[in-house]
Amino acid sequence: MKQTTDFKVQDRKDYGDAVLLRLRSKNQLLTILPGQFANVQVDGSSKTYLRRPISIHDVDDANNELSLLIQKVGEGTKRLAELKYGDKVNLVYPLGTGYTMPAPNDRVLLVGGGIGIAPLFYFAKMLNKKGVRPTMLLGGKSKDTLLRLADYEKQGEVFVTTEDGSLGEKGFVTAHSMWKDHEFDKIYVCGPKPMMQAVATIAKEKKIWCEVSLENRMACGIGACLCCVEDTVDGNVCVCKEGPVFNIDRLKW
Amino acid sequence: MVNTTIDLGHGLVLRNPVMTASGTFGYGEEYTDFVDLSQLGGIIVKGTTLNPRQGNPYPRMAETASGMLNCVGLQNKGVQYFIDTIYPRIKDFDTNVLLNLSGSTLEDYVRGAEMIDALDKIPAIELNVSCPNVKQGGMAFGVTTEGITQVVSEVRKVYHKHLMVKLSPNVTNIAEIALAAEAAGADSLSLINTLLGMAIDAERRKPRLSMVTGGLSGACVKPVALRMVWQVAKVVKIPVVGLGGISNATDAVEFMLAGASAIQIGTANFIDPAISVKVAEGLKNYCECHDFEKATDLVGALET
Ligand SMILES: Cc1cc2nc3c(=O)[nH]c(=O)nc-3n(C[C@H](O)[C@H](O)[C@H](O)COP(=O)(O)OP(=O)(O)OC[C@H]3O[C@@H](n4cnc5c(N)ncnc54)[C@H](O)[C@@H]3O)c2cc1C
Ligand SMILES: Cc1cc2nc3c(=O)[nH]c(=O)nc-3n(C[C@H](O)[C@H](O)[C@H](O)COP(=O)(O)O)c2cc1C
Ligand code: FES
Repeated sequence: MKQTTDFKVQDRKDYGDAVLLRLRSKNQLLTILPGQFANVQVDGSSKTYLRRPISIHDVDDANNELSLLIQKVGEGTKRLAELKYGDKVNLVYPLGTGYTMPAPNDRVLLVGGGIGIAPLFYFAKMLNKKGVRPTMLLGGKSKDTLLRLADYEKQGEVFVTTEDGSLGEKGFVTAHSMWKDHEFDKIYVCGPKPMMQAVATIAKEKKIWCEVSLENRMACGIGACLCCVEDTVDGNVCVCKEGPVFNIDRLKW
Repeated sequence: MVNTTIDLGHGLVLRNPVMTASGTFGYGEEYTDFVDLSQLGGIIVKGTTLNPRQGNPYPRMAETASGMLNCVGLQNKGVQYFIDTIYPRIKDFDTNVLLNLSGSTLEDYVRGAEMIDALDKIPAIELNVSCPNVKQGGMAFGVTTEGITQVVSEVRKVYHKHLMVKLSPNVTNIAEIALAAEAAGADSLSLINTLLGMAIDAERRKPRLSMVTGGLSGACVKPVALRMVWQVAKVVKIPVVGLGGISNATDAVEFMLAGASAIQIGTANFIDPAISVKVAEGLKNYCECHDFEKATDLVGALET
């Protein structure tokens, strides 16, 4: 079940180039799976005509609230980042498939790059609820781009890389030393495509099951327009409907 | 009570003038969480071709000022797959389900139309002779009077139900093309399909679409669409179905005043998935407020 719902901004927190929006609905939230996203209406101006797909970052069912973590990259995300307390924002949600839940005793690694860490927060929380304590490997350009690190650390062990070395190990996530002495049964990745492809290569070499979350450009978000396709072993499939989460075995990477 | 019924002729009767445009509404199933399909005059499903098509590579979409460009390229699994797999799922929708048929050769169109003719619950074909996104994607037929005469008259021979022909706006004289389609046996005309356009990423000095060019749709095309509907409705005797940028009930009223007997909603479905039923409701309210007893009284009521 999907819905178009008005939310009100309950709280906002700024993190440099990003903003965390906590949104409340008057109605009970629909069931949201980790990895799903919302298609967010900006303001209908000529430059922000279409909705913007944004991952669900966190969910608070008791208060009918969900959070979005948004990186300002262009007009739409900039406008969304200007929303203030009490402003209305319209979401079509929940969209797409979620991450495949691991088995209770699986050793799980979540890899996030840049704003790609957004969906991993809610996922990590749900994993803990199921008794799985995930390991997280988070990468960013510098320490300022690693948002909410302390909150992620509450959900499991966190390893960090930055490109400038301002926090954690210097370099990309794939170069982190933790790969040498840790073993995993399942890896979940969200971030820039080159980074996801690099992690997928490691997973393939080590023969580890791996899911990635794609961010193809979208229009409808519900599988109607065929704009967001990814070329897979089954041909062109809609990322908004059959994804955004895909097992790397299905991709032609 | 306003009578919203629209009879487009040759067995195609709509309970209200609002339909959804091909390629923007999937097979209707994608929208059932948002829309009660029985509140619509009809839905037109995805562009279908005789043989399966993978469509064009990603990226297929670029947002533009108050609109979007697409170069999906008619990705679909072919007519036979539609008949075997999709038709059984959607045939009992409580609305008119029209199939949008496309092709690259005359034989494709004719064979496809023959196969669709046998489907009880499909009251009409919308013949897409105007897709700008595939090489010879029908646009070759849709941009000359000879081409359109040929494809419409051949399909007419094998298709026995309502034949709606969808016109391309990428022509110099739309009225001429419309008259040719009418003379060749079309029961109604729908217009417009997308306008050929292009978008460039200046930073990367690259096109934004994999095919470089694509079809423009959305609010920005409305003035062009409205003008073409008006020009066509003046010269043909068969009903005209107007579309292009319709985003609310007022837009829909404007198209009907310009001469459209019914309208379609396309890109606006992406912005509000429930917009089609809202427009149907709004049209009825407009008729009530302005003392029109029948929606058909709006058609061509423009005072010039
Ligand atoms: C399923 C999904 C989940 C997402 N989750 C989040 C999230 O949680 N937080 C978040 O901040 N962002 C997320 N994104 C990305 C977000 O949708 C885009 O950043 C946003 O649409 C950009 O809109 P804009 O108007 O700000 O930028 P635009 O003006 O549209 O673009 C600005 C620049 O960014 C590039 N760009 C924008 N979007 C993409 C894309 N999808 N792929 C490649 N390049 C792109 C453009 O080419 C351009 O150079 C997600 C995307 C998808 C598909
Ligand atoms: C993503 C997309 C896919 C489309 N696919 C088709 C198609 O398969 N067949 C067709 O006749 N028109 C297709 N169209 C054109 C629309 O049906 C419509 O003619 C056009 O978008 C103008 O209307 P609008 O501005 O309301 O969207 C497509 C449009 C879009 C945006
Ligand atoms: S965005 Fe329309 S099909 Fe995915």
